[in-house]
Amino acid sequence: MTSPLPPTRAVRPEFRNIHALRDLPSYRLPAAGWVSILHRVSGALMFVLMPFIIWMFDKSVSSEISFAKLVRALNAGIGLAPGWFVKLVVLAILWAYLHHSIAGLRHLWMDINHAVSKEFGRSSALVTLVLGTGLTLVLGLKLFGVY
Amino acid sequence: MAVNYGSKRSVVGAHYGLRDWLAQRVTAALMALFTLIVLLQVLVTKGPVGYDQWAGIFAAQWMKFLTFTVIVAMLWHVWVGVRDIWMDYVKPVAIRLSLQVFSIVWLVGCAGWAIQVLWRL
Repeated sequence: MTSPLPPTRAVRPEFRNIHALRDLPSYRLPAAGWVSILHRVSGALMFVLMPFIIWMFDKSVSSEISFAKLVRALNAGIGLAPGWFVKLVVLAILWAYLHHSIAGLRHLWMDINHAVSKEFGRSSALVTLVLGTGLTLVLGLKLFGVY
Repeated sequence: MAVNYGSKRSVVGAHYGLRDWLAQRVTAALMALFTLIVLLQVLVTKGPVGYDQWAGIFAAQWMKFLTFTVIVAMLWHVWVGVRDIWMDYVKPVAIRLSLQVFSIVWLVGCAGWAIQVLWRL
């Protein structure tokens, strides 16, 4: 412990933080890793789009006229944004809400049950991904008037 | 009880971050419950859900009570989450502080707007 360092030392590898551009593309994430990063991405997305979400809430409940305006915005567009683009943004919010909620419930479940096994982590992560994407697809088809 | 002030303040150890951790979960559970309640009311509505049915859901006093609470819960929940993101990725103090101030302004403004909408119903 107290011996002085040798004057010359071999260059040792340094392990620093993950570099977003150099390292991330070559990293393979397990399912739970995808759930985790998408939890963050979906949360950030809803944070950024919050005024739009509240605008929709405002239009939908304030009056019949504003309700019709919202319906028109979704179907025919509003301002420079065409209807399909407005719907696409709504679809993104739907996905974000579904994924964030399900991933959040997974967190709560793990906290309550102390169910922190490797296998449960993986299977519940897969359920989260499939359910989040699947429900988004089902609601998205409805949103775009397929059924 | 551990001293958490003055020169004897314990700077590491128990309870640091526990409040935010717990708040994040309590507010999340509240929002999940709210989602379920709104969804149930939409599902029990007979026929297509037009303006009257939709606005009627939020017009009930108990729903206003609940929605108000959920807006506040959301404000808190999003603050904890977004602050975590800034703390993880933004290291320069000046930029981080600016983003945190921006987040607070953004969130308080949004919450005020949502409550205003609710107030008018």
